Amino acid sequence: MSPPPAGPRPHLDIASAAPWHPRALVALTQVAEGFPADPTRLHRAGRDASDLLERARGAVAEELGGRPDAVTFTSGATEAIHLAIRGTAAADATRPRRIVSCAVEHSAVLSAADAVAATGSHEHVRVGVDADGRIRLDELEEVFGDGAVLVNVQHANHEVGTVQPLADVARLCREADALLHVDAAQTAGRLPVSLERLDADYLSVSAAKFGGGRGVGALLTSPRARVQGILTGDERERRRRAGLQNLPGIAAMAEVLATLRPRNPAGEAGGEVSRADAVRRHLRRRLAESVPDLEVHGPDDDTLPHLVACSALYVEGQALVTALDAAGWAVHSGSSCATTSGEPSHVLVAMGALTHGHVRVSFDHRFGTDHADAFVDDLARVVSEQRARLGIEPGGLG
Amino acid sequence: MAVVSAVTIVDSRGRPCPLPVIDLARAITAVEVGEGVRVLSDDLGADVDIPAWCRMRGQELREVTDEGDHRAFLVMRVR
Repeated sequence: MSPPPAGPRPHLDIASAAPWHPRALVALTQVAEGFPADPTRLHRAGRDASDLLERARGAVAEELGGRPDAVTFTSGATEAIHLAIRGTAAADATRPRRIVSCAVEHSAVLSAADAVAATGSHEHVRVGVDADGRIRLDELEEVFGDGAVLVNVQHANHEVGTVQPLADVARLCREADALLHVDAAQTAGRLPVSLERLDADYLSVSAAKFGGGRGVGALLTSPRARVQGILTGDERERRRRAGLQNLPGIAAMAEVLATLRPRNPAGEAGGEVSRADAVRRHLRRRLAESVPDLEVHGPDDDTLPHLVACSALYVEGQALVTALDAAGWAVHSGSSCATTSGEPSHVLVAMGALTHGHVRVSFDHRFGTDHADAFVDDLARVVSEQRARLGIEPGGLG
Repeated sequence: MAVVSAVTIVDSRGRPCPLPVIDLARAITAVEVGEGVRVLSDDLGADVDIPAWCRMRGQELREVTDEGDHRAFLVMRVR
């Protein structure tokens, strides 16, 4: 066993909230100080704020493959998702009548669609996934039936990393004349994401997941999309989202996206993807080798480069989080004992994956293969201690 | 499909995850190959975790029955 790397343990819960990119902090401060006015006002200070807002909109549109007028700024992905789903349902209560979601969507998607269904105007249908968390395209095809639908399929899963086959999903949606909403919260700023390339009608993103700040996100829409604002009261954001824009936050998000340039292979994001992917593969291999009775979730390929999830038999997720925290590692668990709802992660349930003893690791450029080795050693020790407490020997049971 | 020759009942009702799976794993080691264990559980995690355990440990889930306030999982020891 090599000595653990020096320095603090890198944060391993990046998929929940990524640390601020240094450029975000600079933009945030500069804009907060230099552009305090309301961008809808006609005085000089207001026009300056408006110019900056539209430059930021242009930059976000450029990086995410839409036209500038396709971008609606929101408070984050949750609001963007609700605007896409509830706003579409409100825009025309007869089209679409049926909302379809992949079973492993973020709970914001499932909750927004359930809320629409509860009004009685639409029905909400879930489509299952395979053992790797990939949407079942045959099931998706079956639910189109007659009439138009709004289909929610995420770009990549937040719990296990699986990237969905969106080219196939988009083709099926076009054939059925259905609108496609892609929740790209986990991929925007990281992988190449483009509303137009995905042939999607809605794209929801969050700055918090790529180091662009907090409390900022966006919904991008295609010319086919019809959205009615759910926050009303003024004319901002082409009446799709009332309320004074968070200009410092929006500028920070735009600045970070333009720095990461995820659609350009030579950009900062592209370099990190190949580095992280090598660490991810190393971590998956080491986990499977070093911890007995452990299942590594999701596919080897077509997955987020910076995320690994696994479950260990016979141990509680919360106990793993606590013991790893004591060892200096901040990880997430979707086991029932570790969730606020007290229910196991709906993602693991939909995949038929082991729900107890679950740990999700998501990392950034600070986490290398030496850290991965140190983490695996600590996880193996903690799992073995938890099992020993229950009288389960290293040879296992049954 | 071979008949399960004898069945041991394990009552894990009221026990939270991961205890039902541990109860099953212990009980399986106490029966012979070809015999079965029927685990009773009202834990939501067990609905997924017992099939997952069978897959990971190479044992055979033969039957799941809904008993109203709990489920019964019949697992046959095959190795």
